[in-house]
Amino acid sequence: MKLLSVAFKNLQRKRIRTFLTIGGVAIAVAVLVSLMGFDTGYQKSLTNDIDKMGYQVLVTAKGCPYEAATLMLKGGGGLRYMEQSVYDKIAKDPRLERISPQLAATEFDKDRLNGQGGIVLYMGVSSSYLELKPWSKFKLGKWFSSDDADEVIIGYEAAELEQRVPGDQILIPNLNKVLKVVGVFERTGTQDDGIMFIPLKTAQRIFNLSGKLTGIGIKLKDIGSLGDFEESLYNEPGIQVISMAQVKGTIFNLVSSSKAMTNSVALIAILIAVIGVVNTILMSVFERTKEIGVMKAIGASRLDVFRIIWMETTLICVLGGILGDVIAILGTSIVEQIIRKVLPYAPAGKLVIITPELLLGSFLGAVAMGLIAGIYPAYRASSMRPVEAIRLGD
Amino acid sequence: MNDILIKADKINKTYKLFAEEINAVKNLDLEISRGELIAIMGPSGSGKTTLLDILGCLDRVSSGKLKVLNNDVSTLKESSLVKIRRVNIGFVFQEFLLIPTLTALENVELPLLFAKLPQERKIAVNLLQKVGLGSRVNHLPKQLSGGERQRVAIARALITSPKILFADEPTGNLDSKSGQQIFDIFKELNQKDGLTIVLTTHNYKLGLQAKRIIFLKDGRIVSKEESNLYV
Repeated sequence: MKLLSVAFKNLQRKRIRTFLTIGGVAIAVAVLVSLMGFDTGYQKSLTNDIDKMGYQVLVTAKGCPYEAATLMLKGGGGLRYMEQSVYDKIAKDPRLERISPQLAATEFDKDRLNGQGGIVLYMGVSSSYLELKPWSKFKLGKWFSSDDADEVIIGYEAAELEQRVPGDQILIPNLNKVLKVVGVFERTGTQDDGIMFIPLKTAQRIFNLSGKLTGIGIKLKDIGSLGDFEESLYNEPGIQVISMAQVKGTIFNLVSSSKAMTNSVALIAILIAVIGVVNTILMSVFERTKEIGVMKAIGASRLDVFRIIWMETTLICVLGGILGDVIAILGTSIVEQIIRKVLPYAPAGKLVIITPELLLGSFLGAVAMGLIAGIYPAYRASSMRPVEAIRLGD
Repeated sequence: MNDILIKADKINKTYKLFAEEINAVKNLDLEISRGELIAIMGPSGSGKTTLLDILGCLDRVSSGKLKVLNNDVSTLKESSLVKIRRVNIGFVFQEFLLIPTLTALENVELPLLFAKLPQERKIAVNLLQKVGLGSRVNHLPKQLSGGERQRVAIARALITSPKILFADEPTGNLDSKSGQQIFDIFKELNQKDGLTIVLTTHNYKLGLQAKRIIFLKDGRIVSKEESNLYV
């Protein structure tokens, strides 16, 4: 028999109490893992999303930069337009490697998502779009037959949702316009997967926005000339220049303010769990005053008693840590869904990435928590005097 | 080899209970030799338990000199007392005080764990057989009767082969039949193994079976007549 088995058997004495305490630790660990997993996952997905836009600079109509950043990524209502003449002017700049004009438009389709209704994002693009995104591959079909054809190429997810393949027709309900599907893109893991692409000129025609653009994506030959380039567009009326680095920063800022909040929630959860553990063990120490007294009477040293109580606390936290990790892994998809609902902008791809390092780290954190939480109850138990504990312990 | 195991010289024990200072043991002289079976008797509050705790190194004297197995324990701290206790002294309590989560066998082995001695299962099983519990080694305390629990407690006290066994009212929570059975175990241990045993009891019938009776009144050793125990 070992001290550890004495400690373990004691935890089995009040199973419900032990389980609830373990549960408290588990929840704290699960919250921590989910939040930190979200931190990693979100940054990674967002970086991926933005890098895969293929351009370093976006020129948009003047407006709120936050709004612009969100619109650019997600579409949505309240789009602002600029004149195509701006594009013609910028396109001559020798510093450009590639440039691609875009016209985004959204339509509400009441039949989407099994009758729930949903917003469909149409993106008018020119052939230079593919040059900006060399990784965009066709799963089915090919590019538009002409630059003003009534045709559509569908992103991977949108194609799955709409159940369309090349040759099918698709209706823009509010405009009563029928387009022919000519292609379906491969999955890219970005927002592009949910977009309907149509030729720029077609978009300007059917949405009645002739000569208008919502954005111009630009890739510079040398990213070092970004500052100069932005400067040169400074005097251009009605537009603003957003660099992707800026957008990343903006969105990270947006998220990090709410992250501070959630981190403090995690911290409070951990604190409550620690207090719960201390309380449980302390209570169980006082309940066992006589037993601890008799253990000392039959030869247990202070250190022996200290170790037994410390082991009990640590065992609770070890089990809580394991359970918490399991809960976090199983709960990932639920957490993702919740986060997607609350976040102003959620990138495509996994939002919560739980790595083995994170699991191990939080587990070790739980163990450390147990060691700290156990000190006081173990000290109280070990400093009981045998006679008093036995004779006055009632 | 010195045959005097315990020598108390004018020992006193005072402690505070609420605001009141209680003098539980007063100027007491006592010698205990190897092989004795001593019953300490006296009315409630006469200091029996306090005296036993002190002699068994569970508690310290307030003044006077106490030698246990040639150690001057009068001034030792708990950390030193525990080292003397764990291999030299066995304890049996009125309320048995077994660890409820451990089996009879595990309870018996527990002192070996604390004393860092090898845990040989056979020795523990043998001891349980000796106290008549050979068939109940894997029972938990709650599955045993009072008498059986006290037998486990005796086996636990014996596992480290102590030189002295102290028993505080060992039959106090038992009916007279089980009480006598427990007392018979003590007598056998004393006669066959030569174990020195010091116990306290209220039970005159049992106390009379000891080789030597010490009467205690108000913290002092008194004569049989003075003790009023006949009345």
